[in-house]
Amino acid sequence: MPMIKEAEVRWREEYGKALQKTPPRKEEFKNRSGISLQPIYTPLDLEGLDYLEKLGYPGEFPYTRGIYPAMYRGRTWSKRQLVGYEGPEHYNRRQKELLERGQSAINFLPCNTFFRGYDVDQVEKELVGTCGTPVNILEDMDIAFEGIPLREISVSFNDSGPFTGVAMLFALAEARGIPLDRLAGTTSQSDFISHYSGGCNMYFRLSLEGHLRMFIDHVRFCTQNVPGWHPISVVAQHFQDSGATPVQALAFILSSGIFYVDQLVRSGLEVDSFAPRLSFFFAANVALFDEVAKFRAARRMWARIMRERFGAKNPRSLQFRFHVQSQGADLTRQQPLNNISRICLQALASVLGGAQSIHTDAYDEAYQTPTEETARIALMTQSIIEEESGAADVVDPLGGSYYVEKLTDQTEQLAWRYIEKIDGLGGMLEAVKRGYVQREIGLAAYDYQKAVDSGQKVVVGVNKYQIPEQQEFKLKWGKTDQAGVARHIQRVRDHKQNRDQQRVGEALADLRHAASEPSLNLFEATIKAVKSGVSHGEIVGELREIYGYGYPLTQGL
Amino acid sequence: MDYRIRVLLAKIGMDGHDRGARVVAGALREAGMEVIYTGPWQTVEQVTKSALQEDVDVIGISSLSYDHVLVPGLMESLRRQGAGEVLVIVGGIIPDDDVKMLEEAGVARIFHPGSRLEEIAEFIRQAVSGRREKYL
Repeated sequence: MPMIKEAEVRWREEYGKALQKTPPRKEEFKNRSGISLQPIYTPLDLEGLDYLEKLGYPGEFPYTRGIYPAMYRGRTWSKRQLVGYEGPEHYNRRQKELLERGQSAINFLPCNTFFRGYDVDQVEKELVGTCGTPVNILEDMDIAFEGIPLREISVSFNDSGPFTGVAMLFALAEARGIPLDRLAGTTSQSDFISHYSGGCNMYFRLSLEGHLRMFIDHVRFCTQNVPGWHPISVVAQHFQDSGATPVQALAFILSSGIFYVDQLVRSGLEVDSFAPRLSFFFAANVALFDEVAKFRAARRMWARIMRERFGAKNPRSLQFRFHVQSQGADLTRQQPLNNISRICLQALASVLGGAQSIHTDAYDEAYQTPTEETARIALMTQSIIEEESGAADVVDPLGGSYYVEKLTDQTEQLAWRYIEKIDGLGGMLEAVKRGYVQREIGLAAYDYQKAVDSGQKVVVGVNKYQIPEQQEFKLKWGKTDQAGVARHIQRVRDHKQNRDQQRVGEALADLRHAASEPSLNLFEATIKAVKSGVSHGEIVGELREIYGYGYPLTQGL
Repeated sequence: MDYRIRVLLAKIGMDGHDRGARVVAGALREAGMEVIYTGPWQTVEQVTKSALQEDVDVIGISSLSYDHVLVPGLMESLRRQGAGEVLVIVGGIIPDDDVKMLEEAGVARIFHPGSRLEEIAEFIRQAVSGRREKYL
């Protein structure tokens, strides 16, 4: 070390001279979380690093280098592309195409009307199927998954309380003779707190109390009956896409995780009974190193939290398993083909960061739901990284980098400070009720926009390297298949008219009863309702009457 | 006393992504305007009612996923209920094919991704002072 210190002194002098000749490229070098970046990192920055304590081997506490011993040497991440647009038939067609092109796991995206808790016959028809595939009744689900082997493929279904989509999926599996214990998948984005506070709001349908009840019952049901299912998916993507820095996203996802584990334990569940199936959902932005540090810090922090704070014993309870989605907010409408490069960097960050599952946006996702061609390119990006770059051939390839290890440490330290602050406020739920999280995100988003407007933060094609308007890409929005939408609406109407109304009435009464009876399982009652022919909108509507209509905070922020 | 421009920012339809609306709200407040942000999922009726109640000069609609198709209905509702003079601007993801449709419905200006906050504030200042001069 002393010889290195001497060499550093010599280098600093030369560095100073070089910058006198050529002034620094930027006024300050900070990463997206505001961490100051040194010009170089050396062994001096990692002095005293205890490899086994801080990093360890992959698959071993604290899992910094990866949650599994072999990672991508054995099996790569799932190529789990979001698919959802227009009706169930359209979804089915596109999904089969992508499965042939290398997609290895399903990531079903319902439409905005679904997220708002409405059936397709309850809203303006122009709004149906524009950003995802609505599924309102079992028949829709059957069409969507026609010819798709549910027994063999993992299905992430993006849904929120009361999880009617997942209920329909389970009912469909049973109808096809597939026992629930053969299913693998995730109730993706089941985390209601992030929907309430993360500027996305999409899946926030019931009051906070209603969501909490539904969440706990859903986890209980899945823990007992669907052992291969991940009912918990804690999300940071909304925070980050809404403007949160990587440090904030990390702190908020862990605080949310702490909240859910705490609530589930209080409800009487053993931590090791559900924690092995707890999963997380991050965004990845273009700033490669910030993201890799975030992912590695997340693993180390969660392992410590689960062992020390919650006393979890099962090693699988300590593993931070996560899915990554391209950060859409990074993409531009200007010169959209540039987005392919951005998405590649996001995906690379996810691979270098050891993600279990990745969705890469299509380059046109900045302004529409992907076409067949753009969806294919998005998928190929992952395959190129896997097959051509070598990034997947060595576990945690950036481990040991002086820069990455130092940045991982700093990211972790800053995130702990936020977690302590949130603990002080009474935990994540309290923090979002008071608007603390929303204010932090709002300020970060505002600062970012001002930095872009002033040119301090460069976004290629937007505030630098712009091209003339006439040369710009012309946005053409693919029109929804109106005939298909009309068919879907008719199908749902016919179903509601021709079903056994008595059975429906009974199921709704059971649902209402379960909602008011804490010892009953509300998710189980939801599955029964779905099987009895009650529609998605009717289930959400019923629960809204009991639990209240949820709404994000808009004032005082 | 300087007149403080009153702005209602709203999202109509099904989408809830409101980072843009909140950032614009912050910028317009910093520019000295009174801003009310309704939150997401407003109906045309609710926006009309809020605009009248709050006596706003401007309504800014944020639309990212096709909810802009509801804007002509909003324009009609505003006219019918006596708020036809309110300036309406739209921000977000609007396909080129639909820009003309919105302008013909009476939308004063559309702000696409990449618009600068100061640009939006300046447009509102100019447009509102222009209208006030006309009526005072």
